[in-house]
Amino acid sequence: MENRLKVLRAERDWSQQDLAERLEVSRQSVNAIETGKYDPSLPLAFRISELFDRSIEDIFISPSSRSSKAI
Amino acid sequence: MSRFNTAQRRYNRSVLLLSLAYALILFGVITFFKNSSPTGLSAYAAAILPALPIVGIFAVMGRYLSDEQDEFVRMLTVRQTLYASAFALSIATIWGFLENFDLVGHIDAYYVAVLWFGGLGIGSCINKLTIGSGRD
Repeated sequence: MENRLKVLRAERDWSQQDLAERLEVSRQSVNAIETGKYDPSLPLAFRISELFDRSIEDIFISPSSRSSKAI
Repeated sequence: MSRFNTAQRRYNRSVLLLSLAYALILFGVITFFKNSSPTGLSAYAAAILPALPIVGIFAVMGRYLSDEQDEFVRMLTVRQTLYASAFALSIATIWGFLENFDLVGHIDAYYVAVLWFGGLGIGSCINKLTIGSGRD
C-alpha cells in the first residue's frame, strides 16, 4: 500500500532506525512498510498515526481511492 | 543494539541447546544399542529418545511465533515455515510414490525433518528475494 511514511519521517529528520525504535518494531519493518511491501496491521497503523499525529488516511493511501481517481 | 530481539535470542538459545542434546542423546543411544542390544519396551524408549529434541525444535519454533512481537518479522517466519512444509511434504510425497513403484530405494521417514530444515533455508531465500529479510 502506498503511503507518506518516508516523507513524514524525513520532515522530522528521523532515520528508519529512529522510527523503528519509536514504534518498537524492527528497521526492516519500517523499510517494508515504506516501500509498500508490507501493509501494517490496524494496531500498528494506529501507532504510526498517533506518532505522527495524523489520521491513518493522511498517511496511507487507499488503493480504492487511487483507482477511482484513475477513472 | 543487539542484532536479535528477545524472542529471537530465546529461540536461538533453545535451538542450540536442543541441537546439543540431540547429538549427545544420539551418541548415547547408538552406544547403548551397540553394547546392550536392547529389546522390547526399553528398545522402543531408547530409539525414540533422539527424536525428542527434534520435536522440541518444532515446539520452540511455535513458541517463537507466539513470542515474536514484530508483526513483519513474524509474517516472514510464518512464510518461511510454510515454504519449508510445502517443500518437505512435496518431496516426501513424490519420493513415496517413486518408492511405491520400486523406482527408488527406501529412505528413513525422519529425513522429512531434514528436508523441512532445508526448506527453512529456501523459505528464507524466497523472503529475501521477494519482500526482504526479517533480520538485520
